[in-house]
Amino acid sequence: MLPILARRIANIIPTLAAVVALVFVLFSVLPGSFVSAMNEDGRTTIDPAVMERMRKEMGLDDPVTTRFAKYVTHIVVGDLGTSFRTREPVTKLISPRVWPSLKLVFAAMCFAIAIGVPLGFIAALRPGSVFDTASMVCAISGLSLSQFWLGLMMMYLFALQLKWLPSFGYGDGGIYHLILPAIALGVGPMALLARTTRAAVLDVLNADFVRTARSKGMTETRVVEWHVLRNALVLVITTIGLQFGSLMGAAVVVEKLFAWPGVGSLLVDSVFQRDIPTVQGCILLIVTFFLLINMLIDLAYVAIDPRIRYG
Amino acid sequence: MTVPLLKVDELRIALAGDVIHNAVEEVSFEIGRGEAFGLVGESGCGKSITALAIMGLLRRPLSLAGGRIALDGQEIQDASPSEWRRLRGSRIAMIFQEPMTALNPLSPVGKQIAEMFVLHQGASWSEAMDRAEEALRQVRVPSPERRIRDYPHQLSGGMRQRVMIAIALACGPDLLIADEPTTALDVTVQSEIIDLMAELCAAKGTAILMISHDLGLVANMCRRVAVMYAGRIVESQPAGAIFATPRHPYTQGLVDSLPRLGERAKRGRQRLREISGVVPSIASYPAGCRFNPRCFAATDICRNTPPAQTPLPADGLVRCHHHG
Repeated sequence: MLPILARRIANIIPTLAAVVALVFVLFSVLPGSFVSAMNEDGRTTIDPAVMERMRKEMGLDDPVTTRFAKYVTHIVVGDLGTSFRTREPVTKLISPRVWPSLKLVFAAMCFAIAIGVPLGFIAALRPGSVFDTASMVCAISGLSLSQFWLGLMMMYLFALQLKWLPSFGYGDGGIYHLILPAIALGVGPMALLARTTRAAVLDVLNADFVRTARSKGMTETRVVEWHVLRNALVLVITTIGLQFGSLMGAAVVVEKLFAWPGVGSLLVDSVFQRDIPTVQGCILLIVTFFLLINMLIDLAYVAIDPRIRYG
Repeated sequence: MTVPLLKVDELRIALAGDVIHNAVEEVSFEIGRGEAFGLVGESGCGKSITALAIMGLLRRPLSLAGGRIALDGQEIQDASPSEWRRLRGSRIAMIFQEPMTALNPLSPVGKQIAEMFVLHQGASWSEAMDRAEEALRQVRVPSPERRIRDYPHQLSGGMRQRVMIAIALACGPDLLIADEPTTALDVTVQSEIIDLMAELCAAKGTAILMISHDLGLVANMCRRVAVMYAGRIVESQPAGAIFATPRHPYTQGLVDSLPRLGERAKRGRQRLREISGVVPSIASYPAGCRFNPRCFAATDICRNTPPAQTPLPADGLVRCHHHG
């Protein structure tokens, strides 16, 4: 296990480097800058001399190569740069946002797994039944709903009408504030998980070794318990991993909607203000999270499936 | 007269679709205790689903539509699921064609054998694992004490089929159904597996229902052979007689299409004979004798009237209007 872990971590580094380069190039070719954005609306005219000085201070005047070199050397020592807007280190801006984001993503994923996987499982064991049809209709609806609309509807129903839950904000970090955004974020992955679980279980139920198991004289429950579960899990884990990894990026909309103080809402704010260092920092964090989750999934494969040995 | 171990009588298996077709019909045969019986036919003739019916493992869209299956004189075709489960594995066991996919890839082979002892004999897991090791030794897997912890992908095709045999024979069944057990294996391994199966079954007094498309293989191993074509048994004879005096044109075709060592030297270069045409699909069985479009001897009666069974000596039968 340990050598595999080491190799996977080593694999992450070049990917991360590529992402750093890509993000940097993307934002250096975009027209406009933080300084010109301040001037853009035309309400405040800034003295050209001041703009010139700000450019110099922020290093926007340097050639692209110099800026890139500076950026990379800073990242290596854990410095994500200084925010244009607040003049604070980006790491200091992001770090209080990480925990709320993680909390939201984990809660959403727990919701998705707790509902989606059993739903798909039961549907697959009774294909064609009323339960199967109903749950798959729900799953497709869940996939088609936009988080934004669902979030608003839940706010209206549970917060405004029923007054069971707070409508937005982080509150004291307790569970009440978490429930609505977590469900809004988790419905998509839940629906997808229900569908993949159903497909995976049906697939395994038709496998030859399940027929062998039946020919041994097992009850259907035993067949599922001893031979279907683990095999279906391999396929389900793939979906869990992909969903989980991309959830932090997907959380941008929900965080903004529920005024959740996470990385996603920081990212949106920073994009509007052309606070490039912060944007880059947020993207880097989201990508890293994605890569880490993928690594964990790879390790889970190794634990479940003896055929997989990363060599 | 003694009661046969397995008696299949007028078996009919339906394939549900837009229209219901009979995939297998009028199939009757008997297997005595400890006897090896061969069922031969081309792909799609219904031999495998006949085997699944005897195991009670037909699944939609296939279902048992008629006929009787009696084990030791006791009819089992209407048995409840729990009665079936008690029969499967302990009294009737089955080996499948594909050793690659017939074993659970995520479970050590020893555990897959041990399951049999846990299921049918109420053994504890540790006791069952010990007996699984012994079972592996019996099917001559080298160093079984290490192999029981191996996963299927770590074993060769031949070794996996040995594991399947160990599973099937674990609880000393009365009948072993082997559905093309060597088709997916190398030729060199085939005879090893067949010999092993025959030897173990002979030692335990287990009867074998050997299903294959290979007439030569079946005739070597079995006392009696039945030939199936398009869902029906067309001829049934003792193994020797089927080679010496095949009565049905289809059987004659099968015998002629077997390559024989030394033949070429005698008669010079010669093509192997083949049976022209293909097996009709279940939805389009021809009227009359189902073999008539491919038969060299077909006449008008063959095209209009299905032939009845004609008894042959030594409990044989043939289903042909022109049986020699």
